[in-house]
Amino acid sequence: MIATKEGLQSYLEAFEQFEKTAAGREFPWLRKLRQDGFARFWDLGFPTLRNEDWRFTSLAPLTTNSFALAQPASVSMAQIEPLLPPGVERRIVFVNGRFSPELSRGGVFDDSKVTLISLKKAIASHPDLLQRHLARYEQTEREAFTALNTAFVDDGAFVQIKRGAVIEQPLYILYVSTGQSAQMVHPRNLIVAEEHTQAHIVEDYVSLNSGACFSNVVTELVAGEDSVLSHYLVEREDTNAINVSTLRLQQYRNANVDSHSILVGGALVRNNVHPVLAGEGADCLINGLFVGNGRQHLDNYMLVEHASPHCNSRQFYNGILDGHSHGVFHGRIIVHKDAQKTDAKQTNRNLLLSDDAQIDTKPQLEIYADDVKCTHGATIGQIAEEALFYMRSRGVPEGQARRLLLFAFASECLDRMRPGPVRNWLEKMVPEWLPKGRSI
Amino acid sequence: MSNAILEIKNLHASVDGHEILKGINLTVNRGEIHGIMGPNGSGKSTLAQVLARREAFIVTQGEILFNGKNLLDLKPEEAAAEGLFMAFQYPIEVPGINNAYFIRSAVNAIRKYRGEEELDAMDFLPMFKERMKVLDVDERFLNRAVNEGFSGGEKKRNEILQMMMLEPKLAILDETDSGLDIDALRIVSHGVNSMRSPDRSFVVVTHYQRLLDYIIPHFVHVLVDGRIVKSGGKELALELEEKGYGWVEEEAPLAR
Repeated sequence: MIATKEGLQSYLEAFEQFEKTAAGREFPWLRKLRQDGFARFWDLGFPTLRNEDWRFTSLAPLTTNSFALAQPASVSMAQIEPLLPPGVERRIVFVNGRFSPELSRGGVFDDSKVTLISLKKAIASHPDLLQRHLARYEQTEREAFTALNTAFVDDGAFVQIKRGAVIEQPLYILYVSTGQSAQMVHPRNLIVAEEHTQAHIVEDYVSLNSGACFSNVVTELVAGEDSVLSHYLVEREDTNAINVSTLRLQQYRNANVDSHSILVGGALVRNNVHPVLAGEGADCLINGLFVGNGRQHLDNYMLVEHASPHCNSRQFYNGILDGHSHGVFHGRIIVHKDAQKTDAKQTNRNLLLSDDAQIDTKPQLEIYADDVKCTHGATIGQIAEEALFYMRSRGVPEGQARRLLLFAFASECLDRMRPGPVRNWLEKMVPEWLPKGRSI
Repeated sequence: MSNAILEIKNLHASVDGHEILKGINLTVNRGEIHGIMGPNGSGKSTLAQVLARREAFIVTQGEILFNGKNLLDLKPEEAAAEGLFMAFQYPIEVPGINNAYFIRSAVNAIRKYRGEEELDAMDFLPMFKERMKVLDVDERFLNRAVNEGFSGGEKKRNEILQMMMLEPKLAILDETDSGLDIDALRIVSHGVNSMRSPDRSFVVVTHYQRLLDYIIPHFVHVLVDGRIVKSGGKELALELEEKGYGWVEEEAPLAR
């Protein structure tokens, strides 16, 4: 234990410093939340390979290096403009974890339908709502990364979709990291969609430099009765970045939520998606694409909890791994005792493009109800040489044929997204993000 | 320019170390249709695969000139761009890529190779639909993934549809008739016949004479044990149908 604590020293120092100046420290509930978070993190330490949920992913870089909270930095509009999805106007931008009013220009809203502001601002303007929802869902008790994030709760996006509101325009949350090594950020997003609402929310992580910085994100999304929501996570940071992201979905009666993850960046990435189907008739789609190259390590951990009857969950993750990259898909489904008539599906398909690429895929079903339907399947394969030959025999050059086949495989993920500007944007971007190396 | 589109000289080829083709000689001139018949295992399909540049088939001796170029130096995509087309005996499924998009990619890759302007969807679609009509192909063909979930007959029609779009100089039809009912056979043959021209040649590989009733060849060759043992006009196909392959197999030693 002492060794573990030694690895945590820099986090303790950062926390002590943070506490003295953090916004909202005048609120006792918030102070307590942070302190409890840190205490819990200190007890838990980072998970090791002996932890079943982390057996394929070493977190050594987080304890052998020290991290300090990222410094503010100035980023110009010209630097982020090329990164923005076209046709998306409502955006909130963070630089090194801090809200940037200049870059969010015209994007933030607080009207009768939707609130899109920084969490820091919401701590002052919406204290009751925050107290009711913040850190009420994701398990701070069990999860070290959530505990650590909660200790450093400071800024992030706060989204409230008000009762009955249908928001056609996607809400776009951009996290820009200036990419200095040894710096960390702990963005916290809270999305509260009230009853009968509809919205698309995008979280996009980019970096401007290639330092080994560390982002530890927690997003809690509360989907009220009969809400229809799409959440998109795009991780496209530099391939030296460390990114741990936890999406906790709390779905009430008949809430219909899609979670789409596109992971193409990062050196060490952990993507936790944790829906809890808490109300009858809730439905979730957990859809993802991860594309690794070089020495990237991309770990996807799904924990789907069926806690009510008549809920559906469908998981589809496609992995494309080239170079020496390592992918993980761990799909856990828990069907609680009362969750009769559960229909849970899980499919993980992987393409390995090189001899040194690796995938670990693991389904884990825990079923405590007796009238349920749960299926899972995983495949690992290579580009079909037969299909490649067929295409070449029709005149399509080999490189182009490989790219078409790869894009077709990646498109299975894009095809599950609702039509609209986000999907259009990703359909344009994903081909750029697919491997183009020698093996392609 | 020589009048020959294809010249095969003393071709030997093997698969997994087994010699299948044992010295094939064949010349196909522009505008000609050649039928290649033979019993199972005689090397008909191997010959077709070698011509399509399938890597598993190793040429150990001999040469193949296609349109004056050494075919064995060309990659499959280059051979296609030079005007060689093979209709596969077992067309391959390409999951996730829709048929229209695939064929347009192929047409454009070939146009690009030839230094011609690429076709956009607006130019391409009318041409495509027109040829679909000749083959009596359902409109759903456009957006279905290539050969995925197609019936045997649909796959064969799709091969001919691709041929019609790519407009090759030489088309090799590898047992295109197998598994087709008589209606489908008529439609496929109609598609092929609509493509006949003085600049286009066909090599029709088949086990049965039936297809050659519809696609009438100038020449028929009989392949036995990796060699052409008999060549003749279209009436040779009928003779084979009547007498069976046993007849040429018995005669074969003499032909050596």
